[in-house]
Amino acid sequence: MADVATEMAAYRRLVGARMRADFQYRTSFVLFLVSQTLVSGLDLAVILVLFSRVQHLAGWSVAEVALLYGFAAFGFGIADVFVSQVEMASRHIKAGTFDLFLLRPVGALVHLCASEFALRRVGRSVQPAIVTVIALTQVHVAWTPVKVALVPVTILSSAVIFGCVWVVTSSLAFWTVETQEIANSFTYGGMTLSQYPVDLFATWLRRLVVFVVPLAFTSVLPASYLLDKPIPLGLPRWTALLSPAVAAVLVVVARSVWTLAVRHYRSTGS
Amino acid sequence: MRWMWEVAVRAYRRQATYRGATFAGVFTNTVFGFILAYVLLAVYRERATINGFDAVDAVTFTFVMQGMLMVIGIFGTTDLADRIRTGDVVADLYRPVDFQAYWMADGYGRSAFYAVFRGIPPFAVGALVFHLRLPSHATTWLLFAVSVTCAVAVAFAWGFILQLTAFWLLDVRGPNQLGWLVAQFLAGVFVPVVFFPAWLGTLAHALPFPAMAQLPVEVFLDKHDGFDVVHVYAVQLAWAIALLVAGRALLARAMRKVIVQGG
Repeated sequence: MADVATEMAAYRRLVGARMRADFQYRTSFVLFLVSQTLVSGLDLAVILVLFSRVQHLAGWSVAEVALLYGFAAFGFGIADVFVSQVEMASRHIKAGTFDLFLLRPVGALVHLCASEFALRRVGRSVQPAIVTVIALTQVHVAWTPVKVALVPVTILSSAVIFGCVWVVTSSLAFWTVETQEIANSFTYGGMTLSQYPVDLFATWLRRLVVFVVPLAFTSVLPASYLLDKPIPLGLPRWTALLSPAVAAVLVVVARSVWTLAVRHYRSTGS
Repeated sequence: MRWMWEVAVRAYRRQATYRGATFAGVFTNTVFGFILAYVLLAVYRERATINGFDAVDAVTFTFVMQGMLMVIGIFGTTDLADRIRTGDVVADLYRPVDFQAYWMADGYGRSAFYAVFRGIPPFAVGALVFHLRLPSHATTWLLFAVSVTCAVAVAFAWGFILQLTAFWLLDVRGPNQLGWLVAQFLAGVFVPVVFFPAWLGTLAHALPFPAMAQLPVEVFLDKHDGFDVVHVYAVQLAWAIALLVAGRALLARAMRKVIVQGG
């Protein structure tokens, strides 16, 4: 436990230093914060443009799809603030500066995420958070204690799942530095996919996001439970409540993959 | 003009060395193509056409668009801005060639590489799974190629202006990201401009962005036949010239007002 406390203290100090550095370039910081807020806004704009042409998408109304968007984008936004920095690993490996992270008395992952921390990324969560709240007031939910608890649990699980996807896909950089963009398919692509009812995708893709890359647990499965819709792929109702369990399993997987990847690291030596 | 050719050839070769990155990019474009195609198909389950686009048009649009993204460079670059920030831009300004033309030749070299290696593969993979429409006449391919060439100029000119803000701001990531996000959305990268509600469509067409992507894909889909294509080219060239001139004016201002970072 002492280890965790030391790591947390180090994390806070590193993040504090980064935040002070960010404030040195105030205009850039503000513009970047605005653009980060807009990034997530564009995804919503796409949904609204589609719904300007139709009433339903695969049987989901605009408010229901907005809720999917909220769950996925809010969770993604939290992961973006705390974990997305792991994608910088490829740049450090290429430059040979990854050595630094291995020489410090802090875990390489924690150190990497702290030293690349950027407060402006918070902009990415603000707008999805608001949309989640508005969507919840617009959809019809027969509230039960389980459903009330499901909302915060889903958002946290969604953040953890996206964070793990980020770590696993970025670990690929330890074998091949040029292919970082493949990670984008799973992180940014995964978030885009999670904003829509999974039933509009082909069956193979539905199976993929439920059983292999479990993105369906970030939004569509819990939302189906919340809205009393049929659970995708004809799964039993209780499976829609498994998001936290899936997130926990993914943490174990992500940890192993990262450890394996770091062990594989060879410095450029330059 | 010989030197512009040489700059473009160097840019092409530089891009060609990143084989892994090319593969990764194709993979990502294809994945996004699949996601967007399925979403658009769900829209067409509710209705048959939208502003003259049927389901096959929309899915074809998506894969042509994914292939074009890097050709027109719609994610932006910071090559020039980085050189302004570090002060290396001084060396570029010393060269006995036109500054804007130099960077434009570099951009075209890169685009030529992307047209072959990033443009065709996502479309080919998409065609394995979805019903896509190829141009009905051989001439459409030529008309499309000309339109893409114009689109590259419009997008280059826009990026040139965004990067020049580095003379005033140093850290251009904010304005760069903002400028390109607006461009992507209004150019129809995520959802075709014909899907936009009327007011948003009007707004988009009053701005240079559809000329970067939406218009060339419409040409590919045979939406503009005969004299109509001339109109498309006119719009694209007008925006390209207007933005290039604006970029030159901004550069002139920067030269007069700004002290370049030294050391």
